[in-house]
Amino acid sequence: MSFFSWAWDWVTTSANWTGSGSIPHQILAHLGYTIVPLVIAAVIAVPAGVAIGHSGRGAVAVVNLANAWRSIPTLGLLILLVVYLGFLFVTWLVPLVVLAIPPILINAYEGVAGVDPGVKDAARGMGMTSWQQVTRVEVPIALPLILVGLRTGAIFVVATATIAAYIGLGGLGRFIIDGLASNEYGPVAGGALLVVVLAVLVLAFFAVLNRLVVPAGLRSQAKASRTE
Amino acid sequence: MRTRTGATGAMAALAAVALAAVAACSSGTSSSSPAAGASSSGNNPLSQGGSSGTVVVGSANFPEDELLAVIYAKALEAKGVKVTTKLNIGAREVYYPQIQKGTISIIPDYNGSLLTGVVDKTSKARTTAQVDAALTAKLPSTLEILNPSPATDSDSVTVTQATANKYHLKSIADLKSVAGSMVIGGPPEFKTRTDGLVGLKAYYGLTFKSFDPLDESGPITLAALKDGKVQAADVFTTTPQIITDKLVPLADPKFNFAAQNVIPLVYKPAMNATIMNTLNAVSAKLTTAALLQMDNAVIVQKADYGTVAEGFLQAEGLT
Repeated sequence: MSFFSWAWDWVTTSANWTGSGSIPHQILAHLGYTIVPLVIAAVIAVPAGVAIGHSGRGAVAVVNLANAWRSIPTLGLLILLVVYLGFLFVTWLVPLVVLAIPPILINAYEGVAGVDPGVKDAARGMGMTSWQQVTRVEVPIALPLILVGLRTGAIFVVATATIAAYIGLGGLGRFIIDGLASNEYGPVAGGALLVVVLAVLVLAFFAVLNRLVVPAGLRSQAKASRTE
Repeated sequence: MRTRTGATGAMAALAAVALAAVAACSSGTSSSSPAAGASSSGNNPLSQGGSSGTVVVGSANFPEDELLAVIYAKALEAKGVKVTTKLNIGAREVYYPQIQKGTISIIPDYNGSLLTGVVDKTSKARTTAQVDAALTAKLPSTLEILNPSPATDSDSVTVTQATANKYHLKSIADLKSVAGSMVIGGPPEFKTRTDGLVGLKAYYGLTFKSFDPLDESGPITLAALKDGKVQAADVFTTTPQIITDKLVPLADPKFNFAAQNVIPLVYKPAMNATIMNTLNAVSAKLTTAALLQMDNAVIVQKADYGTVAEGFLQAEGLT
């Protein structure tokens, strides 16, 4: 049997869709383990990236730090926190926030720092305050890249939230870890497939978001200059 | 059924490569190879097997087994036996073929894991007597087990000292009236395997409130127990945190978990009466409590293996 037939058989077994610990229950838990860290990471990293991009101060240090930060092993951090803090809300939250910050921060920084100097000069020349320059000109122009950062962070977190199951919590990782432990391939393949489906849905969500919030004139421009 | 895992895979691989290199050298004529020189001091144990006057005490690749090997080796030295040690060889899959060939003569093992790990994977033996009888019947003719030690390193249902005091718990059977209010933790497979929740229900009639999938007696299980996230957990009986975190492994009179007595596995042609009597005398004095104390000393307090082993042998009058 192939990966897909194992996964398909397991996903389509109706008994796996009812009761506690069933597929809908774990998908909801998984979305919780994804959305909460992503929102917190965004609240921290978007303003920080915009501020650094606008002022240009500390850019080299912050970008390098963010890149080094990416090498923090998520699972290692999780176990360290379990050992030193015990089973608190922040125990699973912190590693996932840490994971999501670098792409959001770097894209927000790049987006704002890359705004055409001529546009910035024009904004200043019109008498805009620094705050107005950021909120009315730089952030709207940087929005496509900011969304790319959020999307990348979301993909990271949705795929990695499986580790919550490693410390006895729920989410789709539950199926993968329990399946591996008891030598049942169905839940392992099925759980992995559902994670992939969620990741694809995240991509679709951000594609729609991009249409809704980015001005039409910027969308074609962003396509040409986007970096990830 | 217990398995030893962890950050020792790379070491096992290295050990395997080193063994292969040494074996290649010993079969050739060259004795100047750097690999041969690195393996042991002077006499290459791999080329002499057990036939000469020297016995080779080996160990698996985890601290407790190394400590046991050092204890047995030092006891033999005290009786005038010429001993070489080959510690940290690898997992059972690596050292078992070595002792079958006689390239090591003695290795401390655990009877239950030895039986179901390599000798008879389908065995249903559970008590010490059953496991040892099965081993004696099924081991290849060149190998034998000596007397089992009272010390065991097995899975257990473990609770905190506070929980044990509160409900007067000494044995798993004492959980009968309180299991329904307790969350039990263990590795994910504990939920379905026969010596996990299934056996606890069958042998002791216990049904726990719920099960939390954690890790294999590792940091997550210990943190969950300490935190009160679970009230009972599957913890190995010689985990040093039993001392440092004040935990109580409950007795298992009905052998839900198969016996895991420390037992010397030996290569018969290398044995004589002095060696066997010495090893049996050491095994008789090894208890789980003594082993736990020594594990704590070498693993947590980073004490020297030789010093800890000598301290034990002196205290028990074995030197």
